[in-house]
Amino acid sequence: MLQEKLYEYLLHLGDNSMILGQRLGELCGHGPELETDIALTNISLDLFGQVRNYFQAAAQIKGGDATEDTIAMLRYEHEYKNVYLVEQPNDDFAHVIVRQFFFDVYHQLLLNELIKSKNETLVAIAKKSIKEVDYHVDFSSTWVKRLGDGTEVSHEKMQTAVNTLWRYSMELFNATEVEQWAAESGVGPDLDALKPFYISRVEEVLHEATLTLPEETVFQYGAKTGRHSENMGYILVDFQYMQRAYPNMKW
Amino acid sequence: MENKTLSLDEQFQKRIDNGENIEAKDWMPEKYRKTHIRQISQHAHSEVVGMLPEGNWISRAPSLRRKVALLAKVQDEAGHGLYLYSAAETLGITRDQLMEQLNSGRAKYSSIFNYPTVSWADMGAVGWLVDGAAIINQVMLTKTSYGPYARAMVRICKEESFHQRQGYEIMLSLCNGTEAQKAMAQDALNRWWWPSMMMFGPRDEDSPNTEQSMKWKIKKKTNDELRQQFVDQTVPQAEILGLTIPDKDLKWNDERGHYDFGILDWEEFWNVVKGNGLMNEKRLKDRNAAWDEGAWVREAAYTYASKQAEKRAKKTA
Amino acid sequence: MNNEWPIWEIFIRSKNGLEHRHCGSLHAADAEMAIQNARDVYTRRQEGVSIWVVESKEITASNPSKNGEMFEPAADKVYRHPTFYDLPDEIKHM
Repeated sequence: MLQEKLYEYLLHLGDNSMILGQRLGELCGHGPELETDIALTNISLDLFGQVRNYFQAAAQIKGGDATEDTIAMLRYEHEYKNVYLVEQPNDDFAHVIVRQFFFDVYHQLLLNELIKSKNETLVAIAKKSIKEVDYHVDFSSTWVKRLGDGTEVSHEKMQTAVNTLWRYSMELFNATEVEQWAAESGVGPDLDALKPFYISRVEEVLHEATLTLPEETVFQYGAKTGRHSENMGYILVDFQYMQRAYPNMKW
Repeated sequence: MENKTLSLDEQFQKRIDNGENIEAKDWMPEKYRKTHIRQISQHAHSEVVGMLPEGNWISRAPSLRRKVALLAKVQDEAGHGLYLYSAAETLGITRDQLMEQLNSGRAKYSSIFNYPTVSWADMGAVGWLVDGAAIINQVMLTKTSYGPYARAMVRICKEESFHQRQGYEIMLSLCNGTEAQKAMAQDALNRWWWPSMMMFGPRDEDSPNTEQSMKWKIKKKTNDELRQQFVDQTVPQAEILGLTIPDKDLKWNDERGHYDFGILDWEEFWNVVKGNGLMNEKRLKDRNAAWDEGAWVREAAYTYASKQAEKRAKKTA
Repeated sequence: MNNEWPIWEIFIRSKNGLEHRHCGSLHAADAEMAIQNARDVYTRRQEGVSIWVVESKEITASNPSKNGEMFEPAADKVYRHPTFYDLPDEIKHM
């Protein structure tokens, strides 16, 4: 029972990194400069590295024929636990950066708590990941400032992206049953307690970037419990393609 | 003094013959400069356009391990493009100008990237054959006369070494797999073999620049010599995979100590060079889209940097 | 309008105790971006522990056409090298 919960919790952790990593992977070769392509690919690689750690741990719990790949690629859409935010498309570079920034700030707060987890595997993964994510926060924050306070055009594009994506931010802190279990059993953090830190950090950077949060936002919740946006099916079409078309093979 | 009787051009050639490297600020004949800008930038463009056919499979890689390896590889190609553009820029041209040449279709890049990647096995075949062919050229270029180019190639060769192995390993997994996987691998080899052979360029008799290139050490071997080297090294690798190279004339020639091989389809070669390959238009469209859609980002970052510099200047004033 | 990001020269210290060495160039809008780009471009295989960046235009280089007067006069000053001095064999380390 306990192991089952832990398994589900690992999916929560892994799925966010995985879907965001997948989105960043789509960009490789299509960015505004070679240097930015290289940087965003690095972030994608960091995220997939984390995914592999989480899902290798999950595969051990699940036992049988489970591997990191079956867990990553052979679930139905409603079984993925990632948030709406990370499945949002690469509409333009502003959306890419704002999506990254909104996730990175959360990710950093989360990992800083996970290094205190009662679960040793999570502590080990979090300790390794936190250094990567500290850099992600630096990277996306500087880009938020650069583009927010760049030209009129860039400011406008960034403000649009902030307005569009902010509605997906609070889902990060809306604990599911499994996340509540994690908080109560000392495996994961109390997400609600992280929220004020999140908002103040986001506001701080946006302020420097001459950007503002939208005044009234109707937040969207549901992806974490399996009710995804229309984007998700298309992500999985690509992501699962080979495993679905050629089942039970080694690659 | 002997030097006084030599023209500048002759002195320059003597330096190269003596094994000296030419550096960015050294005197050089205009033709040397222009040839190098063209060659290095074509090489850079090939890396950058080359990201697209492989990038096409990042989202669909069959396992997480394959996905990270492919991501890292395509990322390396961006890095290699960057090193090479930097080398070209030492000769007095800017990145923007080079990008403009690529995007407008005036600059060439390796035709191999105008073929489509239609199955996962293509990631194997491209790594094994295309990178295999590229490495043969690149190793030669680590000893080229122009210092910045040679140094970029040294760095690139160091990083490339995993690319071909990655491709071969993908092929190996497929060939050790199911019938469907083996068929996928054979199909990829069938499609990539001849285009890879064409990567070494036209036959020697149709390659008028070879002599000049040899003098400047842009080339040490002719196109046909390099092609032969590629065949000789690749045939045994295909045998280990249990795949058949799609050339009925391919057979070992004891007398020559090399494999004989069939005649390349030169009409197809020139067609793709001239822009009539299946993917020419799409590759350029993608590059143009990336560049145009990134314009506001580059401009904003530039403007932000200027504003910050002004602020700092005011503070210190 | 020319708003191309300037070129930066990148110097990497491969490990503590060694000097920074020039490893290549890249484009960046400002120094902060140059450091970040250098990290991603030039240290992704653990090549470094410290990065210096300097805008290429800030570098002043010696003139290669004056290489003769600049560097050749040092060639015959052999007395600057320890092997110029003869010592008896009994003295092993000096």
